Amino acid sequence: MSAVLVDMPETVAPATTKAIAPSKGGRPWTFYVLAMLFALYVLALYGPMFCIYILSFQDIRGGLVFPMKGQSMHWFVDLFTQVRTGDVKGSFDRSIKLAVIVTIITVVVSFLAGLGFRKRFRGDTAVFYMMIGSLVAPGLVLGLGTGLLFQALGLNASWYTSALGAQLSWTLPFGVLVMFAVMSRFDHVWEEAAYDLGASRWQSIRLVMIPVLAPGLVAVALFGFTLSYDEFARSLQTAGSLNTLPLEIWSMTLNVTSPSLYALGTVTTIVSFIVIGASLGSIVLIQKKRGSRTKG
Amino acid sequence: MQPSPNPSRANIAGWLYVSPLIAVLLPFFVAPILVVLAASFFATDGFGGLTPGFTLASYVEVLHSTLTLKLYLATIKFTALTWIFTLIIGFFVAYFLVFHVRNQLLAIGLFLLCTVPFWTSNIIRMISWIPLLGKEGLINQALLGMGVIRQPLEVLLFSDLAVVIAYVHQLTIFMIVPIFNSMARIDKKLIEAAIDAGASRFDIMRLIVVPMSKSGIALGTIFVVSIVMGDFFVVKVMSGGGSASVVSAFYEDIGVLQYPTAAASAVLLTLVLVAIVSLILRTVDIRQEITR
Repeated sequence: MSAVLVDMPETVAPATTKAIAPSKGGRPWTFYVLAMLFALYVLALYGPMFCIYILSFQDIRGGLVFPMKGQSMHWFVDLFTQVRTGDVKGSFDRSIKLAVIVTIITVVVSFLAGLGFRKRFRGDTAVFYMMIGSLVAPGLVLGLGTGLLFQALGLNASWYTSALGAQLSWTLPFGVLVMFAVMSRFDHVWEEAAYDLGASRWQSIRLVMIPVLAPGLVAVALFGFTLSYDEFARSLQTAGSLNTLPLEIWSMTLNVTSPSLYALGTVTTIVSFIVIGASLGSIVLIQKKRGSRTKG
Repeated sequence: MQPSPNPSRANIAGWLYVSPLIAVLLPFFVAPILVVLAASFFATDGFGGLTPGFTLASYVEVLHSTLTLKLYLATIKFTALTWIFTLIIGFFVAYFLVFHVRNQLLAIGLFLLCTVPFWTSNIIRMISWIPLLGKEGLINQALLGMGVIRQPLEVLLFSDLAVVIAYVHQLTIFMIVPIFNSMARIDKKLIEAAIDAGASRFDIMRLIVVPMSKSGIALGTIFVVSIVMGDFFVVKVMSGGGSASVVSAFYEDIGVLQYPTAAASAVLLTLVLVAIVSLILRTVDIRQEITR
């Protein structure tokens, strides 16, 4: 990074009083332009999503586009009772279960890997790049490979074996990357103090590291749950005969042309929002508790 | 990184800590890649049965077909367009949050606002463009209402345009987060010093902000490029079947049980991807960047 400073030409010019420093003085015109861009970005980010939530509350005459035709919960009832929309209930159930299992494994394995990567060890770069490879590899290709592997070994592909593994190959690299960010803010003094007071390795992890790192671990859990719950490409060839929810949505996009599809979108997004809200809420709560404790 | 008193003990401890990670990645990343590599050399009976052996027939078939070239050109087109738009939007959104929003808490709040959709379903976010871009969608209705057009535009949905819109919608966050991270580390004093030395706003951007965000841009680029090149469902759904990419063709191949051809095409794609990613990695030490 310091090389950048060296590269800078040594220009000597009279100091200016104009407010071109964004952090000081009056707002430069760029502020307003960029604020506009930001607002447009957020609008484009959320706007379309809110369109389908609104459209999912139409009544039986409803179509895929505006204007709204009546208001009812018809398409939500339709979603969970009709056979033609597929096994939504079952896939919903499976996806939640799978996401919980993936979350638990992701938190534990990422935490341990985060501890391991704090110190250099022989071969750590190879492990690191294996992880990056698992992150950037095309999901469908990995899924096909996993499917063929299970076939070759004579194992049955199912959501709790092959799809579980395939999803972990996606959530774990994310989890470990988040752990890196979390660990880089961890002060080693805490851990050394624990050792000085006679703590064993396990005690220092359980009584010092886990409580201090708790908000970061919640963040890892959030990644684990949501990435698994929405995972599609890697599950497609590995889920076996029973669908997970994103696979169900995928098959619906290909053959259902009613607001049922939007209703499913609304339901699954509500679940995501609950999980995101609970995670962010508990992080804030942990931080607040700490703040009040240090004050008192 | 702390120096360890006993290197061999540190090695054992390190490996013990990462062993669960390796225990997942070996069977579910390394092995599947090797299986696909092996399958690309196998022969097929055309009904999904694989005959172990060694033949380059699948590669010859893939490399000889003009379709391959077309698919790669289409994929590169989508990747390049998505990359440019996500980079421009992501860079300026991050710049706005880091340098223009003065209240730190507000900046973090706005940053979270950008990241929330990342944790929701991609497929749902993709189909949410249908009520907007469709033939009877909001944009056409608005344009018709204003009298700008007489006929509804049909190129909005189920076209290459829709594909790029969906990609940019999904992937800009992958640019914002790493660029935001590297920009947040820029010492504000540096910029003040540059102003005192008479640098213009453009100079600050060109000589300080862009060079010091380079690692964030590189990380974001790796994410965006690898996701677009590995994607098939956005292309399939948003183009309405009109366009194809390397992986969507791969998907069709699997559908008709052409495993060796699909595998050969996947191996080639992976090689291209590895080449691009390692080219980017030469400009930035990703590990040092992340762990620091």
